[in-house]
Amino acid sequence: MLLREVEYARPSSVDEAVRLLGSHDGARALAGGQTLVSVMKARAAAPDVLVDLNRLEELRAITVAGDTLELGAMATYTQLMASSEVEVTRPVVAEVCAMIADVQVRNRGTIGGNVCSNDPTNHLPPLMVALGAEFVVLGPDGERTIPAADFFLGVYMTAAGPGELLTKILVPAGRRDAFEAITLGADGTCIVSAAASLTDGGVRVALGCVDAVPILVEPASADDAAVRESVQAAGLEPPSDVHASGEYRRHLAEVVAVRAARKASAKS
Amino acid sequence: MEPVTSTTITVDVNGTSYEREVETRRLLIHFLRDDLDLTGSHVGCDTGNCGACSVILDGQLVKSCMMLAVQADGSKLETVEGLAADGELTQLQQSFSDHHALQCGYCTPGMLMSATALLRQTPKPSPDEIKKGIQGNICRCTGYWNIVDAVTAASGQEVESRD
Repeated sequence: MLLREVEYARPSSVDEAVRLLGSHDGARALAGGQTLVSVMKARAAAPDVLVDLNRLEELRAITVAGDTLELGAMATYTQLMASSEVEVTRPVVAEVCAMIADVQVRNRGTIGGNVCSNDPTNHLPPLMVALGAEFVVLGPDGERTIPAADFFLGVYMTAAGPGELLTKILVPAGRRDAFEAITLGADGTCIVSAAASLTDGGVRVALGCVDAVPILVEPASADDAAVRESVQAAGLEPPSDVHASGEYRRHLAEVVAVRAARKASAKS
Repeated sequence: MEPVTSTTITVDVNGTSYEREVETRRLLIHFLRDDLDLTGSHVGCDTGNCGACSVILDGQLVKSCMMLAVQADGSKLETVEGLAADGELTQLQQSFSDHHALQCGYCTPGMLMSATALLRQTPKPSPDEIKKGIQGNICRCTGYWNIVDAVTAASGQEVESRD
C-alpha cells in the first residue's frame, strides 16, 4: 500500500521530539505504529509529519520508585510481559499485554501508543482506569500529570493535546487485579472488556467497549450481586455493531465485570 | 534530524548490506520486494492481519507492512531468503515439506519466519506454544495442524497421531 506522502523525523532526545511535535502543524508521534500505520493506510489519519519515537531508549525504561511502577510510554507489550519490575509490582499489566493481538504486534506495540490511540476496544485504557494510573505528559510549557479518569476524553481522544507527548505512566503497586473480555477469536479485538482492581480503598471495575471512554464503577464489594448492581446502575447505553447489539453488550458488561471481580478476589 | 520526505538508509538483509534512497512513506515490505527484489516476503492482506510479510528485525519478529522502511535504517533484517542461504533447506523448511505444511504456499514465508523466531526463544515448544507463536499468521488454506506438526518435528519432538 502506498501511503499518502508524509514527512518523517527521528529525534534523538525527548526534548527534540516535543519541539518537533510543537513546531509542525499536523505532526504526530509515531510509537509502535501498529495502529497508526494501519489507519494511515486506510486514510483515516493523514499526519503531515511523523515524529518517530523508536530510537528514544529513555522512553522505554521500566522502573520502580517506592510503591509506584513507572512505565516508559515506549515500553513494548513484549518488554512489559518479560519485566521483573512489572511482575513484582503490578503483574496484571503483563497478563493483559499477553492478551493483545499476536507476537509481531506485541514486539512493536507500546503501552503509550495503546492508551493514546484510545480506541474504545483497546485493552489498556480500562485497565489503567481500574488501576488508578497517572499519565505524565510533556509539552512546550513543561510537564503535567493527569489521572487516568481524566485522561480519556473521547473516541481516539485523550488529554494529551497537540504538541504534547506522553512520556510515562505511573501505576501504583497492587496484586488483586484481573481483566476479562469477550473477544473476536483468541486474543482478538474486544467486544466488551472489564478490568477489576481490589485495594484497601475498595473495588474498582472499569468497563471497555461500552462507551467512548472506559466507564468506572465502584461496587460496594466484589460479590457478584454488588458488581452486577453497580454495572446496572451505570445506565450503560453501549453502541451496536456487526459483532454485538447494544443490548447484548450491556448484558456482557455485567458478565465480564463479575468474572473480573471474582478472578481479582481469588488473588492474594 | 529535521523532517524529510526521502532519505538514504542502510540496511543489512541476510548478511548483505544495502544502501538505498527511499521515500519516507515507503513501507518496509515494499522496500524489500520492490527496491531490493527480495520477493520471498509476501503481501497478503496489507492491513497487518495476515503475517505473510513477517520478517525478523534486530532479532524480533515484526510485520514488515506495519512499519516504514526508513525505520529499519541501521538495522539487521532476516527474511525467508536468508533461511536456506547456502541452498540447503533448514531443518524447519525440510519439516514443512515432509509434513505437507504448505498447500498454496502463500503464507509460508511468514509462517517460517514466525516459527524460526519461536524456536530460537522456545527450542521445544508445546503445540499450544506453537499456536501462540504463529497466532499472527493466517493460513487461508487452513492447514494449521500440519504446520503445528512440522514445527513440532523440527524441534526434535514426536508428532502426536490424531487418528
